[in-house]
Amino acid sequence: MGAIRQLLSNDLEKLLIESRAAILQEWFTLVVETYPSETARFLKSQKDPFANPVGRAVRNGVEDLFDELLRGLNREHAGALLDPMIRIRAIQNFTPSEAIGFIFFLKTVIRKIIGKKILERNLSQEFYAFESKVDDLGLIAFDIYMKCREKIYEIKANEFRNRHYSAFRRAGLISEVPDDPALK
Amino acid sequence: MADELPKPEELIDVEHVPPITGWMDTPVEIRKGMYCYAGNPKSLETLGAPNPRQWNPTDEDWKLPDNWKEIVFEGLRERLDKFRSFKVFMDICVRCGACADKCHFFIGSGDPKNMPVLRAELIRSVYRNDFTKAGKILGRLAGARPMTLDVLKEWWYYLFQCSECRRCSVFCPYGIDTAEITIIGREILNLLGLNIDWIATPVSNCYRTGNHLGIQPHAFKDMLEFFVDDIEEVTGVRVEPSFNRKGAEILFITPSGDVFADPGTYTAMGYMILFHYLRDLGLDITWSTYASEGGNFGFFTSHETMKRLNAKMYYEAKRLGVKWILGGECGHMWRVIHQYMDTMNGPADFLEEPVSPITGTRFTNAKSTKMVHIAEFTADLIYHKKLNLDPSRNDHLKVTFHDSCNPSRGMGMLDEPRYVLQNVCNNFYEMPSNTIREQTFCCGSGSGLNAGEDMELRMMGGMPRANAVHFVKEKYDVNMLACVCAIDRAALPALMDYYEPEVGVTGLHELVANALILPGEKKKTTNLRGEPLLGMEDEDAE
Repeated sequence: MGAIRQLLSNDLEKLLIESRAAILQEWFTLVVETYPSETARFLKSQKDPFANPVGRAVRNGVEDLFDELLRGLNREHAGALLDPMIRIRAIQNFTPSEAIGFIFFLKTVIRKIIGKKILERNLSQEFYAFESKVDDLGLIAFDIYMKCREKIYEIKANEFRNRHYSAFRRAGLISEVPDDPALK
Repeated sequence: MADELPKPEELIDVEHVPPITGWMDTPVEIRKGMYCYAGNPKSLETLGAPNPRQWNPTDEDWKLPDNWKEIVFEGLRERLDKFRSFKVFMDICVRCGACADKCHFFIGSGDPKNMPVLRAELIRSVYRNDFTKAGKILGRLAGARPMTLDVLKEWWYYLFQCSECRRCSVFCPYGIDTAEITIIGREILNLLGLNIDWIATPVSNCYRTGNHLGIQPHAFKDMLEFFVDDIEEVTGVRVEPSFNRKGAEILFITPSGDVFADPGTYTAMGYMILFHYLRDLGLDITWSTYASEGGNFGFFTSHETMKRLNAKMYYEAKRLGVKWILGGECGHMWRVIHQYMDTMNGPADFLEEPVSPITGTRFTNAKSTKMVHIAEFTADLIYHKKLNLDPSRNDHLKVTFHDSCNPSRGMGMLDEPRYVLQNVCNNFYEMPSNTIREQTFCCGSGSGLNAGEDMELRMMGGMPRANAVHFVKEKYDVNMLACVCAIDRAALPALMDYYEPEVGVTGLHELVANALILPGEKKKTTNLRGEPLLGMEDEDAE
């Protein structure tokens, strides 16, 4: 268990677990509504994971990330869970902030659904600590986003190089260092 | 009270939900990574294509002729008269939505204008406005809108975000083929010189030198001769391809991409090895350095351009005096051959109905076109036990098969490649049923979209395919994606690199050649890629 578990009182953890389904549904809805309304309808309704890979990635993503936050945030593990969603949003029609901003929706969702109880039960301090873990998740998402963007540029560069280099090499236009040391 | 807590979104004024506007009121935004560069004017000039000039899609001024609206109107009118299918497709759509979520570009991009129904509406709305009574009278109420510069830009942007894969048409209860709408739309755009360079320059190259890459005959021959050396290094056998040989029984034509770009080059070597193996069994085949392209990017330009490029196949077959044509692994090449060639440039009365010289099998499916797909040819060889195969040579691979859109949906070739795969490798796993065969997802780069500058578009379009690959990789540890299309072989490595970096890409005949036991071969320790063969150290391949 990570550090957050120590910060999470049993009461806050219990509250979050009790409201898990409602929180996840709301978070999922907010994420898919970052797409145009026709698309959001499709992402919500199509359940087949192969017909709707984006919807599947979002649904699985919010569930797994929420559970990871409750478990305590392992950077590597959280990165693996974030990757499918970020990998998709990094190429879609989003600005960088839009691509990873969905992480922070979780704060809004929790405040909306259990905010009152948090205040009533005097759990604000624990909740602020939980929120800072959500911020950490946002930073991890930013790293993944950048890796995805760099990967796109790398693929572009490699494709260009391979197409031309291999053509030149096969056409015998490139002089390479021979394997035989005597010929070097 | 919860209200007393500051809401994070209040800290910065950011709206996360896109504005809700009707599609007609959502202006086109030409986004980097989603479009290909404009056609090189030199290429357009070579083809005698309209309006050659330097232009940039992100510029306000697209340098159109003054009467561009008239050209579009006349272009539409002419095609509505000429192509009954186009007229019917304009009229009969009831907007049921069955196609809406079937497009890989919609699924991957989330852009509603990539729903096939909406992509077609981009043109239909103008058709209604200018060619239907309801549209003329009721205007927008009848789904009509006048042609404007913004509409034209929207056409260009989205018609080059359709790979003409026809997956949507499988689900349309009326049988509307949205690819044909894209084809006509692109044809009209070409009347204004609105093309992309990834199509225009290959077409121009093919027109001049016989292949998309612009390789001249001597260089094409040199390339294949380099392969002869590579093959000898791996197998110890020196194959002897023949070129432009008059009187050969069969002419072989394949996409030129396989001659220059990895991993297609290994597929090209595969053909050469197979032909060498079959020589003693009676195969009399020649390559052509003039008809050196199976693909046809003219298909993505206009019917006329497609016809001009395709004609060289029959002309070369006639010049060489062959009996029939064997075609390599390609995608759109086969749609052109199967659905257009015979009526565009045929009938090829000077050719004969193809008969395999090895098995005697008569390819009645190619009775009219006189052209056989190599997967059919090889499947027949295997069925008649004519190939001495050791599938364990591919044991390091766990293979899945990507049905290329055109061979599967365009010509119904679904089982032959699978039959070949199951005989040349021991580990073959299918992807989920709604992602293969006639429901196959496009590679995301078809119809001339496999450029570098539109990489985001390609990654979005290919995402549903990559998602299915991910499934078999997790479940069966799949590490190789096989296909029968040269664009796939060029495009899928990038897609895998982004989504599933541990999965490679191969052509079918690379696997065939690796499994094939060649008479006189040396003890093989590597495959064609130079990768070590598992467990072959102790075996005597002879």
